[in-house]
Amino acid sequence: MRESDTVKRVYVNEEWCLGCHLCEYNCAFANSGLRYMSSLKGKQIYPRIHVEGEEKDRITFAVSCRHCEDPLCVKCCIAGAISKEDGVVRIDRNKCVGCLTCMLVCPYGALAPAEDGIMQKCELCTSNGSGEPACVKGCPNRAIVYEERGQE
Amino acid sequence: MADNANCIGKARSSDNAALKRYVIIGNGAAAVGCVEGIRLADPLGLITIISEERRHVYCRPLISYYLEDKTDLEKMKYRDDGFYDRNGAEVLYGKKALSIDPAAKTVALDSGETVAYDELCVAAGSSPFVPPFKGLETVENKFGFMTLDDALGLEKVLTPETRVLIVGAGLIGLKCAEGIASRVKEIKVCDLADRILSSILDAEGAGLVQKRLEERGIKFMLSDSVSEFQGRRALMKSGREAGFDVLVLAVGVRANSGLVKEAGGSVNRGIIVDERLKTSLGSVYAAGDCAEGYDVTLGANRVLALMPSAYLEGRTAGINMAGGDAVLDNEFPMNSIGFFGFHIMTAGTYAGEVEEFKDGDSVERFYLKDGYLSGFIIIGRVERAGIYTSLIRDRVPLETVRPFIAGGRATNAMFSEEVRRKKFGGVV
Repeated sequence: MRESDTVKRVYVNEEWCLGCHLCEYNCAFANSGLRYMSSLKGKQIYPRIHVEGEEKDRITFAVSCRHCEDPLCVKCCIAGAISKEDGVVRIDRNKCVGCLTCMLVCPYGALAPAEDGIMQKCELCTSNGSGEPACVKGCPNRAIVYEERGQE
Repeated sequence: MADNANCIGKARSSDNAALKRYVIIGNGAAAVGCVEGIRLADPLGLITIISEERRHVYCRPLISYYLEDKTDLEKMKYRDDGFYDRNGAEVLYGKKALSIDPAAKTVALDSGETVAYDELCVAAGSSPFVPPFKGLETVENKFGFMTLDDALGLEKVLTPETRVLIVGAGLIGLKCAEGIASRVKEIKVCDLADRILSSILDAEGAGLVQKRLEERGIKFMLSDSVSEFQGRRALMKSGREAGFDVLVLAVGVRANSGLVKEAGGSVNRGIIVDERLKTSLGSVYAAGDCAEGYDVTLGANRVLALMPSAYLEGRTAGINMAGGDAVLDNEFPMNSIGFFGFHIMTAGTYAGEVEEFKDGDSVERFYLKDGYLSGFIIIGRVERAGIYTSLIRDRVPLETVRPFIAGGRATNAMFSEEVRRKKFGGVV
């Protein structure tokens, strides 16, 4: 098929994740267009990264789009709204109708809709002016990193 | 797609005999998958698409969203305007394939032309099944709900005073109901089955969804069918009568398998294909609604008339047609369907032991068979449901995961730390 994408992605260091949810706030803020992060206070946020875990076992980790080599969401989108360009899986929110088929097929549970019911996804902060992923920039513990890794 | 970045070039010179001639019958998601699959393995071969509809490829399941004003004709194109050119594909619009001659390797068209192929993909889709209703010819405004033309036709006749009768409470009939709900005065839906969405939901789940639809004013006549139409009246088997102005027939669909059958190919309810999507005829492949693939959760063939399946099958067929080597051996039915913001996700086959979680209007029901997840019905709390479909697709032994630690909600915490390290720390 084709050569492995040698591009940077967000990777998880689960053993260092405190479960603080800062990545969720930094993501929501970076994509909000708001001037001050404090404006998020008291609001329901719709981040493109989420912290999951199991309290009992003190497991926490952050999940966002893996930007798969061969993404199933792109193949299964019934609106032709998801595509992959330059290693980044993107969604055209104008085309999306919110059927959630991508949510049904993403093996990582990485996709969730925005407040309006239309899908949104991590595009590695390439379309919001952040420069590099805000979730990683704000992580106090390097529990998520943005780097290039090879295939195992 | 980035996959095709190097595959430009409409090399259509007839003197280059080395170029393979690919012909695709149909112009839907399976055809697009086939084109993209071919171009992964062969950047130059000649592709001809036979499209009965005179339309650029569009997203068929979006016709209800079109009527709901959630998309428009431009946005609902499945691929951009440059798709065919970029992939060197010629589309014969408004032409219908009449027959396949597998010995001569030709397809005869209704225009009288004959198209020669080296490799053929039949992606002819499905057609509405219309039972022989008495008096159907007396109904002035009647529609199917399969094509954009159906939706555009409905759009023309619907007014705020229109009463609509939909025959069939399956996925197509109910998406139609949702799509037109704000445009019309009244919607009645009848079905022979005792519940709505009977192909994917049990009685309890169907009841929950029906309640939501009834809250939006949609009326149901279940365990009932039309015995006779008289103009704008339907006489029901139960003795009831239903008045209507517009009739939508959404009883069911049939695979368009005739071309392969008449050419001597093996056909059951759909065209029988192997895991490379090849039919029993040489150099003939089939994909999408007209084909019958192997459902791993059923352990048997079935028609998977779903758009993601159509694309995946088409793409697999295309790669193989172009001399590549692709298999599709992990298919199973999957549905994500919502009504007025209330979501339902189903997958696989409902067989085996049941694990169930309920919370208010949410139901999660899982079917476990021989140590694997065989299928599920999730109504309401659908977040991250893809983790469950991955358990089915990858045949993950349930003894290696803790699937229900979050009370039925999907979480990656169900996997071992080592598996998570691969999933979230590696290139996938």
